[in-house]
Formats: sequence, structure tokens, C-alpha cells
Amino acid sequence: MIWVNAIIQGILVGGLYALFACGLSLMFGVMKVINLAHGDLAVVAGYFALGIIAVTHTHAISSFVHVPVGVSYALVVPVFAVVGYVVQRTLLQAALNRGVLTTLLVTFGLSVVIENGLQQFFSANSHSLSIGSLVSDSFGIGSQITIAYLDVSILAVAVAVLLGLQYFLSSSKYGRLIRAVADDREAAQLAGVDYRHVFGIAAAIAFGTVALAGLAFGMYTQFNPTIGTDQLLLFAFEAVVIGGLGSLWGTLAGGILLGVAQQIGAQYNAADQVLAGQLLFLLVLVIRPQGLTSRRETA
Amino acid sequence: MSSIEPRQSAAGPQQPAGQPDQPAGQPAQPNPPVRVTRSRRSALWAGIAAIAAVIILAYLPYIVYSATTNLLVNFFMLLIMASMWNLLAGYAGLVSVGQQAFVGLGAYFVLLLAIHGANPFVAIPAATALCGIVGLPVWWLVSRLRSGYFAITMWVIASVCELIISQFSSLGGGTGMALPGLNLSPALLTADTYWATLTVTVIVLAAVYLLLRSRLGLVLTAIRDDETGARSIGARVGRTQRTVFLVAAAGCGAAGALYVISQLAVDPGSAFSVLWTAKMIFITIIGGIGTIEGPFIGTIVFFVLQQTLSQYGTWYFIILGLVAMAVAIWAPRGLWGLISDRLGIRIFPVGYWLWPATERERPARGLALLRRG
Repeated sequence: MIWVNAIIQGILVGGLYALFACGLSLMFGVMKVINLAHGDLAVVAGYFALGIIAVTHTHAISSFVHVPVGVSYALVVPVFAVVGYVVQRTLLQAALNRGVLTTLLVTFGLSVVIENGLQQFFSANSHSLSIGSLVSDSFGIGSQITIAYLDVSILAVAVAVLLGLQYFLSSSKYGRLIRAVADDREAAQLAGVDYRHVFGIAAAIAFGTVALAGLAFGMYTQFNPTIGTDQLLLFAFEAVVIGGLGSLWGTLAGGILLGVAQQIGAQYNAADQVLAGQLLFLLVLVIRPQGLTSRRETA
Repeated sequence: MSSIEPRQSAAGPQQPAGQPDQPAGQPAQPNPPVRVTRSRRSALWAGIAAIAAVIILAYLPYIVYSATTNLLVNFFMLLIMASMWNLLAGYAGLVSVGQQAFVGLGAYFVLLLAIHGANPFVAIPAATALCGIVGLPVWWLVSRLRSGYFAITMWVIASVCELIISQFSSLGGGTGMALPGLNLSPALLTADTYWATLTVTVIVLAAVYLLLRSRLGLVLTAIRDDETGARSIGARVGRTQRTVFLVAAAGCGAAGALYVISQLAVDPGSAFSVLWTAKMIFITIIGGIGTIEGPFIGTIVFFVLQQTLSQYGTWYFIILGLVAMAVAIWAPRGLWGLISDRLGIRIFPVGYWLWPATERERPARGLALLRRG
């Protein structure tokens, strides 16, 4: 029964990993670069949400107008999307003009700067986002399996985001532009597409989803300045690779497989949780470098 | 190395490979004779200065306090690591953000050997070689991955190494342990550590210099300038990258071995910290990626900033990161690029200079590409 429980918990947390991974996957698919600061952005989103709560719930404001906690959290996502567009059009575009390796170095630099900056301002202490009793509320299946409402909600949000993204990419005008630029940038340019703007849109979506993932993570567990690189970036990348690049449902499958592997590893030894996921990742890399769900060979 | 033209001997002035036949009817306009040289006078003086510097540095423990030599140990460790990362990324085009894997493994190999009774100083070369050997299966795993995939998979591998090492309670588990086997007087230990570090540094830098001067270096320079172009003329890019990867693995392992000896203790968190790689990257980028001199300049900049801003926590690191990002975008050849463009000097000549035989001091303009040695 503990194995069934481990698998169920793994599936639930897998949604969170997929939420982290879809932005990374989108940016890689469109701009062909891996944003090494991806995990840190999620952590920044967490701190940003803390800041918004602190501001909106000061006495002066809360006596004037009551801002629900959920609304405060939700503010983070559009702000991040705008930041994503701006960062892409300025810093990342300048790096991209130099080449892929420069972009890697710049995003790595960004990651280190964010991490150390957060440590300077907020110390290395852990925080979490409070959401009242929802954290602990749960329902049981049988006597040994308890499922937290929060975990189910996160999985539901992740699936909803992936569905929305799928619909956006396949049916909307900007979705078509993004796919066109991802497939063949030069051809899209010849057809009159401003690829820089499309890159910006893709980055805005990626930043928005990673902010959402950061919020979900902050509710799910505790975060600190270093967790963005220690865990989140690697988890997101592993989910992308396990699932296979270029497929949103593959990303969900990858996130779930990663989550299940980690939960099974944790059953052996708490210290094995992260290691089990990473070994699965390396195994997939050896057997199927193109990922488990991808039919198309990656170049 | 298949179809790379064999290098001409560097000795003395040389004639160009052959005068092209002049088309009939045109007035004979013979190409001016060209001298090909490797060194210039600045490089000769730099060589003499380097030897003098090593002699003075070797004598240092007799004349300065241990605080100074300890500082230099850190300096040299960073210089070794940055030189290795520069070789990987600057020449072989392999941007790794997981070199801390080999730093940590080097440190733990020394610990392992010391636990089994070996003298830690003797364990340095062994740990270096072991890291090179470990690099082989790692290379097999990561060699088919490109750019971002390669970078981040190396990071995962470093994380895996850290997690596995943390599980061995005989190696101190997650909390680490002290390095046994060094029961020397503090003064002698400091001096020995310093000498060991200096020796490793000289060997590593000499190895990098000779590697880049060798035939392999020519392939590497070709990869640095244009990987696709290098492949298309038949340079064995994969094999060359493997060699560089293994050398960098061994070099980072040597730095890790020096790290555990200088700290006299090791724990997985700091031995496998991604900050090692961050330092390597910032130093190399700021100093000038793809040049031997770059990591020197970068390490000096790093140290000056670290020492002057150390009372403000990690601000020096944030500043370095911002500077490195700016340099990567707007001055991709780094400080050394700016200096050598302005002054036209090379301290470590690994490229070639082509001169019109009539002029003695100014290289031919049209051949400027060859100067980027």
C-alpha cells in the first residue's frame, strides 16, 4: 500500500514539475536556448508574492480595501509575464545576437546574481506562502492513502495550464507565429514576422508559467534562495528530457515519471528522493536521448 | 589528425608555401616574401619573466607570512580551474556548468586515499588521474548532447556525484570530515601546501600552453573560431573535444585535491558547489575567453574585488556576475582582448605572426585573423 501511495503522491507532484518544465521547454523550443535562471525565477516569484502580501496587508491598506490572499498571489503572474517580455527584448536578445553559448553564460550569470541577491536581501531562511487551512486539508482513500486538496489543485492547475498552452499554440494567431518561428526562424522572417517580438511573447508565457509554478511550490513546501538552482532548474530540465522535447503532454508525462521516481526513491531512503529522479533522467538519456514520448528525432 | 596541414616549423624566417603562377600577360608582381614567426620579443621577455616569477614565488614561504601564501593558494586554485574551464568553453566549445563534479571528486579521492594511509600530498597526482579516468564514462554520456543540454546535464552529473558521496558515512556522509594524515607543524604544512599548489599550477599552465601549441591546439583553435568549418575540413572535432574534456576533468580534480589539503576538511555541499563553476565562468569571461592570458587577468580582477569588498558579504560576487554578463554581451573577448588589441602583445604565443619580410615590427594587416592566437 505504501507503494501505491508513493505513486499517487508522485503523480500529484509531477503536475508541479510539469508546470516548472513547460516554460523551460517553450523557451528552448522557440529560442533554442536553455534558460539557466529558470529555477531562480520561480523563487523570485515566491519572494515577490511574500512582498505583495506584506504590502497589501499592512494596516493602512487593509483597512482601506481588503485584498484577498489569492488575488495578491495572482498579481505575480501578469507582472512576471511583462518582466519576461522586457528581459527577453533587452538582455536575452542582446545575448542571443552573440550566439547560443553567450546566452547560456548570460542566463547562468543571471541565475548566480539572483541567487546571491536574494540571499543578501532575504537571508538564507526558508519561507512558504500561507494559504490557510488548505495546506493541511485532505481526504483519504482507504486507511493509508491521504490526498491533500492542495496537491490535487496544483495538478489540476498544471493540466489546465498545459491545456491552455496547447490551445494557444495550436489555435491563436500568436501561437501560430510562435510555432512558425520555432520551426524555421529565417522563413518566418521572410514572411514578415518580427521574430524578436515573438521571442518576447514566448518569454512572457515562460515567465508567467514559472511564476505560477513558483507560487504553487511556495504553497506546496518551503523555498529559500538556493533551491532554484539546487532543485527546481534540474527538476524542470529532467522533466523536459524524460518527457521528450517539443511535446507539452510529454512534459506532463516527464514530470509525473520524475515525481513517481522521486517518491519511490524516498520510500527506500529519504536521501534517495532526488537521486532516484536524477538516475531516471540519466537512464533516459542513455536509452532514448530524444525522450520517452517524442517520435521525432532531435537534431 | 587527418587533413589539417602540418604546421611549419616555427624557427626562423620562412618563405611562403609557394609563389602562385602569374597569369600570362600580367606584369610579374611577385608576392612579397613573408616571414612566419611564433614569438615576438614581448613573448621572449614574458617567458623570462615567468621563469623569474616562478623562482620568486617558490622562495616566498621563506620571506612572507602564511596569510599571504594561503591567499596565493586560493589564487592559484582559481587560476587552475578557470584555465581548465577556458580550455573547455573557450577552445573546445563545451560550456559546462558542472565542473564542480570533478572539483568535488578530486577532493574526495584525496580524502579516500588519505583514509587508507596515503600521504595527501602524494595523493594529489593520483586524484588527478582518477578524475581523468572518471571523465571517460561521463564523456561517453554527455558527448552526444549539444550546448544547453550538455551544460545542464553536467550540472545534473555533479549533483548525482554529490548525492552519492553524501551517502558514504565512511567519507563523512553529508556533513563531511577532516582530512587525516597531515601531522606536520603548521608552518611547514602551510609552506608544503603552497609549494604543492605552485607546482600543480605551473604544470597545468605549462600543459595548457603546450597543448595549444601542439597539433591538437590547431584543431582547437579551429573549433573555437568555427566548429562547423573545422568539421568540414576534416578536423576530428569529437576526439579533440574528448581529450580536452578529460584534461579539464583532471585539472579540476587537481584543484579539488588542493582544496581539501588547504582546508584540511571537506563536505559535499561546498566541494560540489556550483559556485566553483560560477567562479570559473566569471573569471574566464571577464579576463577574456579563448586566450591563455584571460584567466590570469580574470583571477586578478576576481581577487581584487573579493578582497576589497569582502566585508559586504557576497556583493563582490553579484558585481562579478553582472560584469561577466555585460562583458559576455558587449566585450566578448574580455579584458585581455581589449589589452592585446590595443597593445598588440601576446604573453603566451600559441598562434602565428605573418610579417612582410621588409617590415620588422608590424604584422601584415590582411593576415590579422592569424594573430588571434
